[in-house]
Amino acid sequence: MVELEYYLILSGILFSIGVLGVLVRRNAIVVFMCVEIMLNAVNISLIAFDRYNNQHDGQVFSFMVMCVAAAEVSVGLAIVISMYRNKPTINLDEFNLMKW
Amino acid sequence: MLQLAWLIPLIPILGSIVCGLYGLKLGKDKVAKIACGGPILSFLLTLIVLLGFLLLPEGVHVWEQVLFNWIPVADFVVQWGYQIDPLSLVMMLVVSGVGSVIHVYAVGYMYEEYSFYRFFCYFNLFLGAMLILVMGNNFLLMFIGWEGVGCCSYFLIGYYYDKKSACDAGTKAFVVNRVGDFAFILGVLFIFNQFGSIDYTTVFSAAPTTLVYGSETATLICIFLFIGATGKSAQIPLYTWLPDAMEGPTPVSALIHAATMVTAGVYMVARCNVLFALSPLSMNIVAFVGGGTAVFAATIGMAQNDIKRVLAYSTVSQIGYMFLACGVGAYTAAIFHLITHAFFKACLFLGSGSVIHGMHHEQDMRKYGGLKDHFPITHITFLVSTLAIAGIFPLSGFFSKDEILFHALMDGNIILWGMGATGAFLTAFYMFRLVFMTFYGEAKYDLSFHPHEPSKIMTTPLVILAGLAFFGGLLGIPIIHGWHVLHDWLEPVFHVDSQTIIDYSTQHMIAAGHHVPTFEALTHEPSHNVPLEISLMGVSLLIAIGGITAAYFFYIKFPKLPDTVMGGQWGLELVKNKYEVDEHIDEYIVQPTVEGSFYLWKGDAKVVDGAVNGAAAVINWFSKLARPYQSGFVRNYALFMVVGFLAILIMVY
Amino acid sequence: MFLTFVTFLPLLGAFALAFIPKENEGTIKQAALGVALVDFVLSLGLWMGFDNSTHAMQFEFSTSWIGAWGVNYHVGIDGISLLLYVMTTFLTAFSILVSWNVKKHVKEYMMAMLALGTGMLGVFIALDLFLFYVFWEFQLVPMYIIIGVWGGPRRIYAAVKFFLYTAVGSLLMLVAIIWIYFVVEDATGVFTTDLIFITKHLDVDLGTQKWLWMAFFLAFAIKVPMFPFHTWLPDAHVEAPTAGSVILAGVLLKMGTYGFLRFNLPLFPHASYEFIPFIATLSVIGIVYGALVAMVQEDLKKLVAYSSVSHLGFVMLGIFALNEYGLQGALLQNLNHGISTGALFFLVGVIYDRRHTRLIKEFGGVTNYMPKFAICFMIVTLSSIGLPGMNGFIGEFLILLGMFQVNKMYAAGAALGVILAACYMLWMFQRVMFMQSNNPENEKLTDLDLREKILIAPMIVLIFWIGLYPKPFLKTFDASVSHLVTIVSPDNFRPGKIGGSHASTKIDKALKKIEKQTHKKSH
Repeated sequence: MVELEYYLILSGILFSIGVLGVLVRRNAIVVFMCVEIMLNAVNISLIAFDRYNNQHDGQVFSFMVMCVAAAEVSVGLAIVISMYRNKPTINLDEFNLMKW
Repeated sequence: MLQLAWLIPLIPILGSIVCGLYGLKLGKDKVAKIACGGPILSFLLTLIVLLGFLLLPEGVHVWEQVLFNWIPVADFVVQWGYQIDPLSLVMMLVVSGVGSVIHVYAVGYMYEEYSFYRFFCYFNLFLGAMLILVMGNNFLLMFIGWEGVGCCSYFLIGYYYDKKSACDAGTKAFVVNRVGDFAFILGVLFIFNQFGSIDYTTVFSAAPTTLVYGSETATLICIFLFIGATGKSAQIPLYTWLPDAMEGPTPVSALIHAATMVTAGVYMVARCNVLFALSPLSMNIVAFVGGGTAVFAATIGMAQNDIKRVLAYSTVSQIGYMFLACGVGAYTAAIFHLITHAFFKACLFLGSGSVIHGMHHEQDMRKYGGLKDHFPITHITFLVSTLAIAGIFPLSGFFSKDEILFHALMDGNIILWGMGATGAFLTAFYMFRLVFMTFYGEAKYDLSFHPHEPSKIMTTPLVILAGLAFFGGLLGIPIIHGWHVLHDWLEPVFHVDSQTIIDYSTQHMIAAGHHVPTFEALTHEPSHNVPLEISLMGVSLLIAIGGITAAYFFYIKFPKLPDTVMGGQWGLELVKNKYEVDEHIDEYIVQPTVEGSFYLWKGDAKVVDGAVNGAAAVINWFSKLARPYQSGFVRNYALFMVVGFLAILIMVY
Repeated sequence: MFLTFVTFLPLLGAFALAFIPKENEGTIKQAALGVALVDFVLSLGLWMGFDNSTHAMQFEFSTSWIGAWGVNYHVGIDGISLLLYVMTTFLTAFSILVSWNVKKHVKEYMMAMLALGTGMLGVFIALDLFLFYVFWEFQLVPMYIIIGVWGGPRRIYAAVKFFLYTAVGSLLMLVAIIWIYFVVEDATGVFTTDLIFITKHLDVDLGTQKWLWMAFFLAFAIKVPMFPFHTWLPDAHVEAPTAGSVILAGVLLKMGTYGFLRFNLPLFPHASYEFIPFIATLSVIGIVYGALVAMVQEDLKKLVAYSSVSHLGFVMLGIFALNEYGLQGALLQNLNHGISTGALFFLVGVIYDRRHTRLIKEFGGVTNYMPKFAICFMIVTLSSIGLPGMNGFIGEFLILLGMFQVNKMYAAGAALGVILAACYMLWMFQRVMFMQSNNPENEKLTDLDLREKILIAPMIVLIFWIGLYPKPFLKTFDASVSHLVTIVSPDNFRPGKIGGSHASTKIDKALKKIEKQTHKKSH
């Protein structure tokens, strides 16, 4: 049996990679994928805890996260496409319409 | 018969409504019939009511008719009720009688006007309001009439509303009257505060046992009421509106600004005689203001050239006499003069109206002269009235003015008498100046004019009024006991229960540890010194003749004299400019108020609203500080989130 | 339930209007007017069925609304709110007919008007603090839209200012409501926002009363508006469409004075008593200040708006006389102001429709071209001045009478407003209606048409009715007002001290003293 710590370390590393990706990448789709990495990092730790505590709440939650992620992908990609239609680019730095 | 009283004010008001709503459709003749019919009917009804009043059992001097409860709030209940007593009957007779005559005259005078109906709408309304004023049985109902007549006066002064001067005069009259009304209202509030009622009967019967003689409250009440009276009756300091009010058509000046409305103040003071009896100080104020006004206005009247303005200042001066009489407690004399003044002054105004009418609306006396042949009836009636106002025996003015002068000396003091006598001299002088400049001497008018006597409808009222001015004095023949009809008639109203006042007040003053006065004004017995009275009559007759002679020398014998003697003197200039009172009021009160208000308004936008908008601006400023952090870059926001998250982590551990 | 039905009928009407295609403007207008008129007639039915002899709430209806918080839907009406309620339905119908010629978005306009009607009516019947607050905020929205969409050139500024200013004021009231909620729970163990219950059980010391009073005061004083919270009013009036101004002056301002009567006085009687000098001073300043500023206005609507500040000062003064004369006068003056000023705004709107300007200097000699208009304008002007025999006088006199019992100087200061009112109104009237016209445009003016005559006629009837026979109105207030007076009477919290004592009692005391002393002396 693999110790809990390994899962958590993996999860942490994945999460950090995701965060860094969100922060430094400009391509909207890549940022998007980084968000997915973060979600899945959380999923890993949820499942690990689930197993560790011998309960099933964690699995329920990870399904929930997957659903949200799926929904997010569909909406998010739609947004990215419409962004691309408005401005033929998906470089996030080009989009600052939310400024005051 | 007394039950018909409620119809008396209602009929003219109905007439006014009919004239106002249907006047154009009905045509002038029908409007004239309705408009004159109302007042005449009111007059007849007044006679019937008078008859009914005479038939009342002995000892009953007041009859009240309550129509409905007007304002019922808790213990403050104001009735809409009419009070018939000797005083109000006298006033009703004068108002409806002289009013009817002037209405008839006005039909002739105004006939060519397009807005004939509008004029009579206001005119009838005025009469109704005036009747309410004199008939009301409480102060608030009097106030309805009080402001009602003021409002009609405003309409009628501004009758030629396309003339700026007329509009200004109307607004001025209303506003100046409002100043008086402000005081009147305060007086009424004081009265309610003291008596818990504003009905005449309650207040006046309770007054001797509620107010202490000479107390501050009594004085305040009287002074506030009197300030109200000065507004309506054009006394110092609120007289300035009356001369300007001459912008209205002449019948208006005759009815409203000479015979009836402006004497409402006298009526009010006479009505409240019980209250005034409790305040010797305010009696003195009334007497001196009246006397002062009598002289002051007369001096201005000497140097005016507009025929109606001379009469206007004369009115101010004569009302001053009435207040002088009230102030010395000679209420009968005041009412007597009020009646005779209504006769002769109405006649004078109407006479000047027919001159103006015949002279194509020229009002400058310097452009008249020698008109007596062109206006025979007007001339005679005018002369009769002038003799009456000058106080020549045996015309009405002689009796009434003489009575006032006699009481001024006997019940007042020599200063008051001096004021009255000076006023009498000046009156004789300026009135005959007017007569001489208008009817005598050489013609100075544009000869292309064809001065003509007006039609019968206008001359008949003149004759009636001149007759009244001639014989009106018979109402109050002095000296012979029992011949002073008016005195005996008004006695119940002006009777003051001195003993009760003295008893109650003495008790109070002793209780409060005050010094008890001698109650001189109350215990003072009206004196009947017959030789003195007769000699005073002689003196005043001499004064009047002196004034007439002076006028004769100045304006007939040596027409150049006024200019050589007085020309360019500062005194004359001052009088000609009416002591520059209007200018000073304008400079020191009106202009600063308007300018101050303008700055207030600017301040309102800058300071008061500035505070509100300033509060918004402060918030805006804070928002601006926070604004740069809202860069619009998604990754910036993500960075904030991460930093925040880390910060929380660090804080937790 | 009847009361609820009458209150929500306009809102139902607004929903119904949504189903009429917006091209049928005629149908929409007629339907809206029909609903408003039916509502007015129904509210008259309330007045008919009203029992004058009791101060208790009538047509009461209560049911649990948000049970978990103890919030009830509790409505009812008494002498204080009844006539305001009737006036609201009347003015709603009136202003729908006033805005018959509205061009833009007719359907939305009528819907907003009807929704506004329900909002305003709700304020006057709510007997639950929470419910009141909901209605209080709800009516802001349609008014905000009416000013913001159908208003004049600076409408956005005015609408936002109106909304924010009033909303900010009410926030503190919300805080106070929550505070009361917990205080009452502490005392009784019941979570409730029911006004009747709270009035009975709210018992806080004077210091707390003062704070709570101030919170309510801010909300209501802004609405009234009292000096110095009045600056939103001229802006809102000037920019609002005519009907908006009529409603604003006729009803919205009355909600402020109503709030004082319904909440400040019965909930915090002691604080109210303590604050008499404060309110009276502000009121007198407002009366004189409003009148002076009105005098120099160049815009007719602004003039009328500032005159409202002055008139409402009178109402506040009457309320805080805390006696029957003052309170009845204030209530009557509420109605009078709604009638007179509503009619004034309407008449200003009439010439604005024709000339598209409201600057006084543009007019002059209008009487020549609009004689009927001139008569109506004159009557309404005189009523606004407070000429005896017309409505304004009765109210003003009663207010002065009431305040005079409390403090003579305040009454005298307020009476100054009577003089100034004559100055600014008559001066305005002279410049607009009299003298020569200096502008050829004025010669094209046409006199009142049938619709306008129908609109002004009831106003004039009311002006004279209240002026000559105010008894039916005063009787309606009577029982509720005397009950309120007993609640706020200083005897309740200051034994031995008689406030606003009547002269006769003073005299009686003095007399007794004298009798004693004379008695001693005789021995």
